[in-house]
Amino acid sequence: MNYNVDEKGYYGDFGGAFIPEMLYPNVAELRENYLKITAEPEFQKEFDDLLKNYVGRPTPLYFAKRLSEKYNTKIYLKREDLCHTGAHKVNNTIGQILLAKRLGKTRIIAETGAGQHGVATATVCALMGIECIVYMGELDIKRQAPNVARMKMLGAEVRPALSGSKTLKDATNEAIRDWINNPVDTHYIIGSVVGPHPYPDMVARFQSVISEEIKIQLQQLEGRDYPDHVIACVGGGSNAAGLYYHYLNDTRVNIIAVEAAGKGIDSGASAATSVLGKEGVIHGSKTLLMQTPDGQITEPYSISAGLDYPGVGPMHAHLFRSGRAEFISVPDQEAMDWGLTLSQMEGIIPAIETAHAFAALDVRKFEPDEVVVFNCSGRGDKDLDTYIDYFKL
Amino acid sequence: MKQNRIDLKFQEDKKLLSIYFSAGFPNLEDTVPILKNLQAAGVDMVEIGLPFSDPLADGPTIQESSTQALRNGMTTEKLFTQLEGIRDHIDIPLVLMGYFNPMMQYGIEKFCKRCEAIGIDGLIIPDLPVDVYNEEYKSMFDQHGLYNMFLITPQTPDARIRYIDEVSNGFIYMVSSAAVTGAKTTFGATQTDYFQRIAHMDLKTPTVVGFGISNTETYTAAISHSKGAIIGSAFIKFLEEKGVDQIKDFVTGIRA
Ligand SMILES: Cc1ncc(COP(=O)(O)O)c(C=O)c1O
Repeated sequence: MNYNVDEKGYYGDFGGAFIPEMLYPNVAELRENYLKITAEPEFQKEFDDLLKNYVGRPTPLYFAKRLSEKYNTKIYLKREDLCHTGAHKVNNTIGQILLAKRLGKTRIIAETGAGQHGVATATVCALMGIECIVYMGELDIKRQAPNVARMKMLGAEVRPALSGSKTLKDATNEAIRDWINNPVDTHYIIGSVVGPHPYPDMVARFQSVISEEIKIQLQQLEGRDYPDHVIACVGGGSNAAGLYYHYLNDTRVNIIAVEAAGKGIDSGASAATSVLGKEGVIHGSKTLLMQTPDGQITEPYSISAGLDYPGVGPMHAHLFRSGRAEFISVPDQEAMDWGLTLSQMEGIIPAIETAHAFAALDVRKFEPDEVVVFNCSGRGDKDLDTYIDYFKL
Repeated sequence: MKQNRIDLKFQEDKKLLSIYFSAGFPNLEDTVPILKNLQAAGVDMVEIGLPFSDPLADGPTIQESSTQALRNGMTTEKLFTQLEGIRDHIDIPLVLMGYFNPMMQYGIEKFCKRCEAIGIDGLIIPDLPVDVYNEEYKSMFDQHGLYNMFLITPQTPDARIRYIDEVSNGFIYMVSSAAVTGAKTTFGATQTDYFQRIAHMDLKTPTVVGFGISNTETYTAAISHSKGAIIGSAFIKFLEEKGVDQIKDFVTGIRA
């Protein structure tokens, strides 16, 4: 089976471009140009140069000695938390801003939940001197004050999304509406492998640098360029897509995806889309999403704002349905405990999103000679308030 | 084969006024009274909006009416139940307008069957692209005598307009400007140019202008180069302020 996108923009049953006609020219322009532009040597040179000298790539593949001893297996961490701005999100925003410039766009919009993607977008807009507007749910603006301040300091305008539940999905709706209202000069930088084709594939390609580097690094460290397991948290699924990308069709590699169970799968306050979701259309993509029997999209919940999305990217819906990936869901409490464990065993304070991935070690047994690579997608600075509240620090 | 009411209506030698409202707003049980009052006021066609939690092509007015309708308890099944027997009272064309996800969950085939049984003439599904419709759903819609209408905008390339014209039945929904739904008070030169450009394309399918029509001025501008106009947000605001009983005033106001 092929786990990459097909020529029509689908991953198995999922994907496509379910967009209103108003967006057709914008999305068609991207679809017709993204592969051509990103393949240009001059584009690749600029992209690679910025990833190296601005973002700080390649990020280390770090052998986590104490964790490996405790769990009696070989655990490596791909240190995306060391990227400039503190998470993998910037790999994508660098790629998209270079694309937007080549398409002649002069105005950038983005959506953000936790603010990580908003900060990564505001950063590249500052770098290029391009106007930047970030939509953020009114509730999230209150919950994520430091990132709002960072975006403002970087020169972006943060616009509150006041509709619906006033969180990430509504910020995404507002960004899409802005794009409908500004179809000519504006590029929409989506923050994950979601949205209409070609976004999921485009974002996955920009994030694929993660597994591209792992192949080289593992070759040096282990004498083979593939691990036995790759493990990442999945909100929309961009850090996971980057980690899996070069191993999607390599069945020697087991793929594990970790979703946020929130207060528990059956609690009514969860974001475990693979368990609770049904096939439907959200933000222009056919995928699995959490909804009522009447087809109204429901509000997800996770203590981590970055996993608080009612759908998953179509690639992940396909990995789930086809059985290519194992899906695990992890409640708030276990994720928070892992935030503390990783801090105290390896000296790495992870983002709460990232902490979810490590809980796979509690439910899944790995062999002593197996190589297990975790994507350490982001650092925990942005989550300090939540950690302080939770652990009474 | 039975003729579609939309075609019959569009054969009439007059400009058409069509009204959109969100079903279940202001009150859950207002659907049928609104339809009756609209027909009595001389409206030519109605788009009944199926509320959705995430209406991404809509501006604040329709978003809010949609949210309120859902809060009032509107569902797809509830709307169909309200509309049972509607053809005993209403003979103008009725179009259901809604986003694709709730229809998918209801089941597209089952949805089409219910529409046919009730006497719905067509559908407008903004986030179901014409290509996907043709490939996957057209034969099913045809089988149940349902038309599916498509949107075009000032940015739609000519070749795509020709393609949409080719595969359309009923009418083409001309979105007045590059914008989400919402009332405007005037149309500028850009709109007029666009209306004229489309009129000069001599499409086989009649066009109706929608989005941003709110008063006599915008209505007149819209119908001067097309077969008719659709009013949504302005009507919803009126309903909110004046209620279901005063609908006649709204319609006379527009056609003044
Ligand atoms: C550190 C980190 N990891 C993961 C995510 C989840 O996004 P995705 O699933 O697209 O990687 C976020 C989103 O904000 C994040 O900040």
